[in-house]
Amino acid sequence: MLSPDERREIEKELSRYPTRQAVCIDAMRIVQRHRGWVSDESLADIAELLGMSRHELDSVATFYNLIFRKKVGRHVIFVCDSVSCWVMGYERLYRALSERLGIAFGETTPDGRFTLLPIVCLGACDRAPAMMVDGTLHGNLDPDRIDPILERYE
Amino acid sequence: MERPLTARVRADGEAVTLAEYERAGGYRGLRRALQESPADIGATVREANLRGRGGAGFNTGLKWSFVPLGPDAPHPKYVVCNADEMEPGTFKDRLLLEADPHQLIEGLAIAAWAIEADVAYIFLRGEYTDAAARLERALAEAYAAGYLGPDVLKSGWRLEMYLHLSAGRYICGEETALLNALEGKRANPRAKPPYPQVSGLWGKPTIVQNVETLCNLPHILANGAEWFKSISRSPDGGTKLYGASGKVRRPGLWELPMGTPARELLEEHAGGMRDGTSFRGLLPGGASTDFLLPEHLDVKMDFDEVQKAGSRLGTGTMIVLDDRTCPVGFVHNLERFFAQESCGWCTPCWSGLHWATEALRALEEGRGTPADLAALEHQTRFNAMGRTFCALAPGAIEPLQSALAYFRDDFERHVRERRCPWK
Repeated sequence: MLSPDERREIEKELSRYPTRQAVCIDAMRIVQRHRGWVSDESLADIAELLGMSRHELDSVATFYNLIFRKKVGRHVIFVCDSVSCWVMGYERLYRALSERLGIAFGETTPDGRFTLLPIVCLGACDRAPAMMVDGTLHGNLDPDRIDPILERYE
Repeated sequence: MERPLTARVRADGEAVTLAEYERAGGYRGLRRALQESPADIGATVREANLRGRGGAGFNTGLKWSFVPLGPDAPHPKYVVCNADEMEPGTFKDRLLLEADPHQLIEGLAIAAWAIEADVAYIFLRGEYTDAAARLERALAEAYAAGYLGPDVLKSGWRLEMYLHLSAGRYICGEETALLNALEGKRANPRAKPPYPQVSGLWGKPTIVQNVETLCNLPHILANGAEWFKSISRSPDGGTKLYGASGKVRRPGLWELPMGTPARELLEEHAGGMRDGTSFRGLLPGGASTDFLLPEHLDVKMDFDEVQKAGSRLGTGTMIVLDDRTCPVGFVHNLERFFAQESCGWCTPCWSGLHWATEALRALEEGRGTPADLAALEHQTRFNAMGRTFCALAPGAIEPLQSALAYFRDDFERHVRERRCPWK
């Protein structure tokens, strides 16, 4: 069931658009902000609230790469794998991260602390290579700088 | 040299406040706009020759002229700011969004008045978290100060402006795909015609403009079309936010007169190549533009001149290829991106870009054959403009086709030596 907070935030979005469906992406983002991901149960609750079928909403959910339909770790690391970062050492950065955490892209550490995902160009090409952890951008990275950054996320 | 877009940017990295923006003449353009008719504003902006900064370079005033005006026009009408900056190598709108959000809000309000719009949305990519926080704060300030809301500057005109955070996908930057995303659907592009100016969001007249385009409007309204043309080094009016990334000494972003030569950007502003590397080529305006070579460096970076040199100005943020980086690997990275970001709607794109990526992967892994080179050539024709549903795939093959022409020997070496010579 959607929490009162989630419902209130979704209602606020509803005032900004002429149709209920228009809010569905915002609604999934809101639920994800509260719960970390969008479960089948949450998806059904949102669909009901907005007058959509579950399948239609899932077809929207799975189109967008920032909607998580699987559980993720407490912190999500997005590593930019686009061209400027690739030129500036993305592959070394990814290898170091992957070894340090013991996981590959799409995986979560066994302690549930980190999920590692690729992301398209973060618009930080002047600070390449770059990554984003929980909405915070980290640029000009090299493998030596990874540990102090990861330590900030418990 | 005038830098209207970035003059107020603070050294501490914080956003320009409303008070600072007003002290520097902010919202003067909107006040002036409200004293003129929408049609007159359209004519001024058309005369200024403000060409769309999202990459297509369409004359902004001309774009607006297709929107029905007057008492019989359908309402509500919409304006949308395209802040879905996801073109690889492009980081210019981030600066405008984070550093001076009121400039964007004023520009969007002016565009709204110019088409007699009722509602404005800012479609922001979800990863721009700092920009989102700063825009929300600036929007609240603008409402409180009467620049937005039920009675904009006591003119009797109502304008609501909302921030929408996208959930990701490059195709959302395509304007009709963006409209579907705003409607809460999968972001597949729509067939054109009808064009959004006539039938856009929920079937109502809509214009979609890039962040940088909108940020120019307050200054055009405040200072006039003649001034706007005078600060350019090109028939295209205004300044341009140029950028450079890759192995240059000083990657960065600079507001310079439109038409500044590529060589000046690369050598003076970006400081030339890093020690131990030399310049081989560049993509002038993001991932979906053709390569330019050392012989092209004197090209003036405006829409028409870059096109004459065989590429596109695009977003004006160049990605530099150096001699220590494999051009085949570089293009493989680009095509993998485009294949992944294809929306899956039309076959030449979702299938063709996948096969192009696989051929490039084979070359990089030492498995490439002459048939792979032929397949790549085939895909550049198969995905040409007019053969696909939208411009994603034609954009995707621009760097591929020019790399095949300019770096032919590098491609053939991968086949001949059965390895990537850079690994």
